[in-house]
Amino acid sequence: MKYGMVIDTLKCVGCSDCVVACQTENNVPIGYCRDWVTESVNGAYPQIEMELKTERCNHCENAPCVRCCPTGASHIIEGGIVLVTPNECIGCGACIESCPYDARYQHPGGYVDKCTFCHHRLEKGQLPACVSVCPTHCMYFGDLDDPTSQVSQLLKSRKHKVLAPEAGTKPNIFYLVK
Amino acid sequence: MNNSRRTFIKISALSASGLMLYNYGIKANATSLTANNKLADSAKALNRFPTYCEVCFWKCAAWAYVDENNNIPKIIGNDTDPHCYGRLCPRGTGGVGMYSDEDRLKTPLIRTQVNGEDTFREASWEEAIDLIAGKMKSIKEQYGPESFALLKHGAPGGHLEHLFQAYGSDTIGEPAYAQCRGPRETGFKLTFGAWVGSPEPTDIRDTKCLVLIGSHIGENMHNTQVQEMSECIDKGAAIIAVDPRFSTAASKAQHWLPIKPATDMALLLAWMHVLIYEDLYDKEYVELYGQGFDKLKEHVRGFTPEWAYGITTIKPEEIRKTARVMAEAAPSVIVHPGRHVTWYGDDSQRGRAIALLNALLGSWGRRGGFYFKESLKIPNFPHPPYPEPKWGWHEIGENFPFAEMGITNEIIKASIPGGNDKYPVKAWMVAGTNLLQSIPQASVIEKAIESIEFLVVLDTMPMEITGYADVVLPECTYLERYDDLRSATNREPSVALRMPVAPPKYDSKPAWWVAKQIGEKLGLKEYFNYTDYKETIAWQLEQIGSSLEEMEKIGVKNFPRKTGSMYLKEGEAYEFGTPSGKIEFYSDQLAEKGFDPMPVYTPHPEPENGYYRLNYGRSPMHTFSRTINNPNLSDLADENYLWVNPKVAKIEGLKNKQEVWLQNQDGITSTYPIKVRVTERIRWDSVYMYHGFGHNNKKLTRAHGKGMSDTQLITKVTVDPLMGGTGMRGNFVKIIQENPHKEILS
Amino acid sequence: MQEEIFISGREIPKIDPYLEIWHFPIALYLFLGGLAAGILFFAALFTALDKDKQVPAVVKYAMIIVPVALSIGLMALFYDLTHKLYFWQLYTTIRLESPMSWGAWVLLIITPLSFLWVFSYFSEIFPKWKLPFPFLEKFETYLAKNRKNMAFMILPLSIILGIYTGILLSAFNARPLWNNSILGPLFLTSGLSTGAAAILLLSKTHFEKSLFTKIDLGLIIIELALIVHMIMGMYAGSAVQLEALDILIGGEYTVLFFGFVIILGLLIPAFLETIEIFGYKVPVIIPSMLVLLGGLMFRVIMVEAGQITRYLY
Repeated sequence: MKYGMVIDTLKCVGCSDCVVACQTENNVPIGYCRDWVTESVNGAYPQIEMELKTERCNHCENAPCVRCCPTGASHIIEGGIVLVTPNECIGCGACIESCPYDARYQHPGGYVDKCTFCHHRLEKGQLPACVSVCPTHCMYFGDLDDPTSQVSQLLKSRKHKVLAPEAGTKPNIFYLVK
Repeated sequence: MNNSRRTFIKISALSASGLMLYNYGIKANATSLTANNKLADSAKALNRFPTYCEVCFWKCAAWAYVDENNNIPKIIGNDTDPHCYGRLCPRGTGGVGMYSDEDRLKTPLIRTQVNGEDTFREASWEEAIDLIAGKMKSIKEQYGPESFALLKHGAPGGHLEHLFQAYGSDTIGEPAYAQCRGPRETGFKLTFGAWVGSPEPTDIRDTKCLVLIGSHIGENMHNTQVQEMSECIDKGAAIIAVDPRFSTAASKAQHWLPIKPATDMALLLAWMHVLIYEDLYDKEYVELYGQGFDKLKEHVRGFTPEWAYGITTIKPEEIRKTARVMAEAAPSVIVHPGRHVTWYGDDSQRGRAIALLNALLGSWGRRGGFYFKESLKIPNFPHPPYPEPKWGWHEIGENFPFAEMGITNEIIKASIPGGNDKYPVKAWMVAGTNLLQSIPQASVIEKAIESIEFLVVLDTMPMEITGYADVVLPECTYLERYDDLRSATNREPSVALRMPVAPPKYDSKPAWWVAKQIGEKLGLKEYFNYTDYKETIAWQLEQIGSSLEEMEKIGVKNFPRKTGSMYLKEGEAYEFGTPSGKIEFYSDQLAEKGFDPMPVYTPHPEPENGYYRLNYGRSPMHTFSRTINNPNLSDLADENYLWVNPKVAKIEGLKNKQEVWLQNQDGITSTYPIKVRVTERIRWDSVYMYHGFGHNNKKLTRAHGKGMSDTQLITKVTVDPLMGGTGMRGNFVKIIQENPHKEILS
Repeated sequence: MQEEIFISGREIPKIDPYLEIWHFPIALYLFLGGLAAGILFFAALFTALDKDKQVPAVVKYAMIIVPVALSIGLMALFYDLTHKLYFWQLYTTIRLESPMSWGAWVLLIITPLSFLWVFSYFSEIFPKWKLPFPFLEKFETYLAKNRKNMAFMILPLSIILGIYTGILLSAFNARPLWNNSILGPLFLTSGLSTGAAAILLLSKTHFEKSLFTKIDLGLIIIELALIVHMIMGMYAGSAVQLEALDILIGGEYTVLFFGFVIILGLLIPAFLETIEIFGYKVPVIIPSMLVLLGGLMFRVIMVEAGQITRYLY
């Protein structure tokens, strides 16, 4: 069981619904965000290419944040989801320094916070809030170890990439590209 | 209230004592969004109630969750709703912020003078209602009820419209007509005999070719349109985006035509030429349903792609190629009518040109084109018939023969002495619209406001328009009230319920209650034959075979179609709503009134050296100027940027994130600066910004002074002679790098 | 033209536009930790080699700095934590993959050890003062007898103390300026050199002074070599590393780096110590203070500049 997300950049319109939905679902304080949307523009008018995509913690297989945590507050649970136990976190900030995607932040409560793949929803058989709300249906979530799951099928049939592969983190979020 | 010059009051000047009264309310109801979230983390039992969103006009049905302290942590779309299919847009998801925003209007306010300065004082509802009813009576006695105008938008508008019509006034208008979609309704009505309507009956999910003329689906969040566009991308549909700017839709389009601004008509005519002269149009469809085709054929003979190239800068091969793509996909092709189409003053004719293209391609009434929409007719709660006013919006707009709704700017003009002596308007009620951000020519609006005797504003937030009012009424948000059942047109009829999720915060009240209170004071009790609006909803639901209990459980009920198939069958006879019963390629109606019976190209003014055309549009995170203060949504975007082409930035010496001011051709300078975004996505002859920012009311703590208001710079307006729409894209600005204001505006 | 922007308004405090998680307290601890490691190493080395009588400044006077430095360093670290009430979680587990965990445990052992070491020399350092309780005198004698055992414990621990902060930083592949494997040895060498400088400052005998001048000079030369190694490595690294190097070589921190760390902190002391060896009289305070200043500035610059570099956007 390896949870992963597949995001179709050809369909994302950059509306940031995923950001607001995550905020209301997970009580993320205003001014902070667990996920965000980026825009990448290349070329010169009128030969322009643009890529829109949403990013968050990649729940990496080789997570540097889990390696460097001195108390084990940062840990990986079944399914490959990287989580932080707030009451074990001492707020040293090492995991924030170690993330190449800058996905973590210091919660006003003192501990470190980040995307959890909404595992409290997964337990109830629901999808993460961002995936459930996306109006363009560009986000897919499922078991990458299951060859029949939608995410596995998409990765087989479409060209895709990950963010900062050279960082060696083996992220579990894939972006479908042209 | 004397006729003194009305000054704009920034609602920061409130007596401190009054505010203290409501501190207890604030503490009891406030959600602290940044507070210790460990409390919120503990899974509180949440109740959910059905509602439909009011953040924009799409009215997606949703489930709003509330906890025992009346906090609304989240709102999620209703799965069975054909407007959203369970997925709300960012504004709908951020609707929680509308409820929790501490900057909301809290109590009724009445204009008064303190030390010779105009300010507001807090008042009770009783006093406010008495004052309003008294004014309405005196206006009725002195001038007639027709002289009291209602300028409105959305659900509150519906309740007040009922009050006004009972009172005897039909002087009603909404910016959504003359400032937004009016021209396309006129254009389509003249051609197909039917409005496009809202939501648009565009069968995007089954289309093979979607043609967008300036329409920026994806940056506008018309929920089902965005969802269906995504679906058709998956199915490999071709998208043709005609836009001087590289919009999000253009980035997903196979064909982006970077057209020169204000020349779209030439392209549409050239497309018609190609479709007709290359025999690509739907012959059977045109033969069966059309009238006047031969006249159109002759009319477009000279509008070749080569001719259009000189005007639009789109190469002739490109024009032909895209026309062929459309024809290939026909009839599953949509030339999208757009939504906000008040651009250059010939907008109805451009809407008609789009309708004609669709007619040539045979897409109206065909799968993948436009379906025949249907809604469920819900009987009105019984009330006595409305009195016949002597005149109303129709008479005020009589110079515009094809106007089918109130023209807001004509009503505003009639409010200025000498503006329209036949139909003088003496007082306004403004409900649910921030006039100064919606309607251009602020100086005209301000002059009108100064001239009228009384102005009542009903709103949830202290928007700019409230600063001009004599009475400000705090409305509660859509999450705190009952409203009319939603019964919108769609593929299949559906009905959605809105019910209160939490009690109204502070001293705010729903619009139906306001209307009823005023109505009763005016002796119109029979028109409001209920104690709680809930009763009318329950009655209506029973009439259509449902019940309040059922709707509370399901939120949305879908009904089967009664008017037949969504699409035309092969060779089926069909009567269109035009005078001839056919699709009118040549419009006798227009010819009779002295207008062009078929669209022609009119060149529009271009910016002179050193000036750039001011273009504006939507951001998917905001709805007009309404949501800029919403805490969840301002977190996403709290200011707009000025898109400037890198070549222009080089010439003007601009850097990214630099603050600049704009001055338009009439010498109007923007109050606030805007940060520059140097981007390739905009043409060198225009600049672009998101609409709705630049709020100047201090009470909007998150929105005040952030970004720039494009409406402020729209002072030149070209009026559509057919229906009175205000073309707003003919304003040119120059960029000023030094602060042009001597005093620092706080 | 190329644009890469956040469009959902991301402006997380202390994360955007660049990280501001670790500041002066961390740099201060890195310096004090390195200094303590250096002094501990030399004290333990000389004691283990039975040469402790020849170097009283090392084993007695300079060692007084260590418990003070470690205490201040630990307080700085504690101050930096944002979830302070849970700091004890550090000691509920040993995580072998986390250098910070090694550091936490090493500090737990070595801090009391350094206190005990100083205490074992109490009567020698403060001959005028008498210990209040007889059991304390017995304890002192016991410690003095077991000093060599303590030295054998301290020797490996001091090396770990000196090198682990470098390994900690170099393990962050997300911060390109830190992500090179030379940072560990570089921090250790810098720590040893600052330790030697501190000892030099406090030494009284000519033998000690000349010995530690030579040791410090050697360490400075090794440190310079390692810095050259680091820069060469980054030049040959990936695009993000080149960008990171640019901060030190051609950007905001160039003047500070070359001015304080290279010239004032390494080259000038090296020169002064060389001519000292050749017989010229140089007041020992100058090169030692310069080395200490250089060590502190090096860590401040690495902490600040490292957080400016980021992988994406």
